Amino acid sequence: MTTRRTLLTGLGAASGAALSWNTVIRSAQAQTPPGVIVMAKQLDDLITLDPAESFEYTGAEISGNVYQRLVSTPNDDPARLIGDLAESWTAGDDAKTFTFRLKTGQKFASGKEATAEDVVYSLQRVVALNKSPAFIINQFGFNRGNMAQTIRATDPRTVVLTTAEPTATSFLLYCLSAAVGSIVEKATLSARVQGDDWGNGWLKTNSAGSGSYSIVSWRASEAVTLQANPNAAEAPATRRIIMRHVADPSAQLLGLQRGDYDIARNLASDQIKGVAGDSRYTVVTQRKAGVLYIAMNQKHPILSKPGVRQAIKMAIDYEGIQSNIVPSNYAVHQAFLPEGLPGALTEKPFKMDVAGAKRLLAEAGHPDGFECSFDFFSGAPVGDIAQAVQANLAAIGIRARMLPGEMRAVITKTRARGHELALLRWGSDYFDPHSNAEAFSMNPDNGDDARNKTLAWRSGWEIPELTARTLAAVKETDAEKRVDMYEQLQRDHQQQSPFAIMLQDVEVAVVRSGVRGFRIGVLNDRTEYASIAKA
Amino acid sequence: MPRARLISRQWGSLAATAASIPITLLGLALVTFFIGRVVPIDPVLAVVGDRAPADVVARARVELGLDQPLPMQFWRYLTDIVTGNLGRSVMTSNPVWEDIARFFPATFELATLAIIIAAVLGIGLGVLAATRQGSWVDQAVRVFCLAGHSLPVFVLGLVSLLVFYAWLGWLPGPGRQGIVYQDMVEPVTGLLTLDAALANDWPAFWDAVLHLVQPAGILAFFSLAYIARMTRAFMLAELRSEYVTTARAKGLSNARIVWRHAFRNTLVPLVTVIFLTYAGLLEGAVLTETIFAWPGLGQYLTVSLLNADMNAVLGATLVVGLIYVVLNLFADLLYRLLDPRTR
Repeated sequence: MTTRRTLLTGLGAASGAALSWNTVIRSAQAQTPPGVIVMAKQLDDLITLDPAESFEYTGAEISGNVYQRLVSTPNDDPARLIGDLAESWTAGDDAKTFTFRLKTGQKFASGKEATAEDVVYSLQRVVALNKSPAFIINQFGFNRGNMAQTIRATDPRTVVLTTAEPTATSFLLYCLSAAVGSIVEKATLSARVQGDDWGNGWLKTNSAGSGSYSIVSWRASEAVTLQANPNAAEAPATRRIIMRHVADPSAQLLGLQRGDYDIARNLASDQIKGVAGDSRYTVVTQRKAGVLYIAMNQKHPILSKPGVRQAIKMAIDYEGIQSNIVPSNYAVHQAFLPEGLPGALTEKPFKMDVAGAKRLLAEAGHPDGFECSFDFFSGAPVGDIAQAVQANLAAIGIRARMLPGEMRAVITKTRARGHELALLRWGSDYFDPHSNAEAFSMNPDNGDDARNKTLAWRSGWEIPELTARTLAAVKETDAEKRVDMYEQLQRDHQQQSPFAIMLQDVEVAVVRSGVRGFRIGVLNDRTEYASIAKA
Repeated sequence: MPRARLISRQWGSLAATAASIPITLLGLALVTFFIGRVVPIDPVLAVVGDRAPADVVARARVELGLDQPLPMQFWRYLTDIVTGNLGRSVMTSNPVWEDIARFFPATFELATLAIIIAAVLGIGLGVLAATRQGSWVDQAVRVFCLAGHSLPVFVLGLVSLLVFYAWLGWLPGPGRQGIVYQDMVEPVTGLLTLDAALANDWPAFWDAVLHLVQPAGILAFFSLAYIARMTRAFMLAELRSEYVTTARAKGLSNARIVWRHAFRNTLVPLVTVIFLTYAGLLEGAVLTETIFAWPGLGQYLTVSLLNADMNAVLGATLVVGLIYVVLNLFADLLYRLLDPRTR
């Protein structure tokens, strides 16, 4: 029989159990400790931490914080070149010899000072390994055969680089500021070389740099932990950065709200909108060096007509797509150099004009439109953008057959020139305008077995005149004149090209209040952790 | 049948089952390998990226052996497997064996806890519903099971995170362990709970257990719905049998009839159901692993597939195949124990 006493005893025991359960739970729950910043991020693109090999978003970002380069660009004035390891540099009269004088007191995490020998070893290592990003350095004529003569140290603080052709100083320096130009410690790596790998096997998961942080551990699809470099020239504000792989944006948001994460890196537009006015969070945004564009294959008899290309560019509702589908993560941009890069063009000559587009189609001999295939990556938000584009094209009579696919499958198809229309993304490989200019407006050989399969090649766009102008721009040694050349090149490109450049990437991070100093770079390797501090 | 002949027949049957393992795995390797080669994704892209110049692409193609004829590539792959080499994952830079050894324990820990909860509750609910057929208890169990079948896992996972993690704060968020315990437990078995217990690190142990509760609970909910429905169906069939009517006529207690007679006869098909469900969980529950940032085999396999990391895909698929084969073998052995007619 239940008496009042047994009932009270039972309730007391139940609340005691609940209290102790709650205590156990709370004690086991993670809160970000002092001196530690926890970042929720999608890390599944990370495949290597060796800067000579890394060419993905996360890898470049980590390299930028773990290694120094000879030169860099500050985020508050990204076009300005500043010394990182280098104190000064001079170009020879022949525009082929470049001499770098190194700073003193720049130390690796091991405590050893960075010297010219380390710089030479690092750059030669990139050339010899010849991994994916090596072309950024190799395009100056360095190769295994000549690297001993073309990349050399004349004393412990002086490095001399000799390029094969006369080179614009800014072009060389911007390329050296890329993650692939990271300086590694020769002594650490030499001890870990296996065969002919230049320490690549070890450096894939470790670090040997003189940047703000060093790598403690990387567990694929789980977490990356960075520890402040005790010997860094400027001590970072936070001693430990933990990046946790959280694939789901909703889970990132919940973790941020609970206080388990200080920074969420991959929230969706609606989630960002939801926290934008909340005083507990700060929204950090940055335009990135990536563009979303429609490629029109010039091997297609109809798409190769200039009037049809222009009609497609005029059919797209750029503003509507941006404001309705991707208000936070993209901005309207219509030139191949994204805002933030030297030479970027902000002019937007195209806006939706259905009547004008229809007229152009009729003049090109297709008053009733035509049918063609449309490849795109099926993931969000690109899939939604593709549907909007399909509707825009339908309004002028172009019937786009939607072919959604996995991103690599779409790329494989366009690399084989198998597409008709394709919605694609392109990110700049390095800071110099030539990175995108080469991709979008150079096609030195339009043959099927061409060595350089630029984006122009992939769309079968034969452009000897623009190719020559792009080559001239990269060789121009007058920096101001060079920027002018790129701007004019882009204006012509906008009108002639088979590319409807629509949007520029905008990266948005949501940071808890009390955490300050997180700066996103235009390029991934410019995103800075060193100034992040917790109140 | 003479005893010696019986034993010899049993051994023969077991040997035949064991012999089927390499044949099954060979078939699996063959199918996966050729599917991997016909998908419209260039595997070199995963290695060198989209921007690599032609000479780097060509070199990578040779290094990966993709310049060889397909049968030659398959032969090379098979000989590597036999020598224990599953190749290196492009995505993680590690040998595939190392990756699987790291990702599989996470899935094993999750799936094992989930199947234990699912089996215990699922059988209990199934028997309860069958013995009270048509009553409100039966209806409630059926509605509960229907929910388990119909609610999408991502909805349930996110709602669970919202309620138990974000609102109530009773359970930790995504991941296998809290930030303060990260890199603190030396991996021995890869099972975080066991490793923490072996290290006598009880706070880390409880942290790992609490991180398991939500994903394991959700997987268990889906599995128990299936197990309960099957148990109910098997039990109803048995309870309508003549031997049950006879037992009732003889005056045996209801509990004895249900558990000692009817339930025992459902064990063989139930073992099949439970082992198949367990194998499915060990294969990796991709959505649950994604929502709860659980670094398991399912997530590894999916990400590898999306990145065209074919060595990882082939290696993980072989492991999944092996799990099915081994669990099948276990189920066969259990049949023999549970039902003398199958010996």
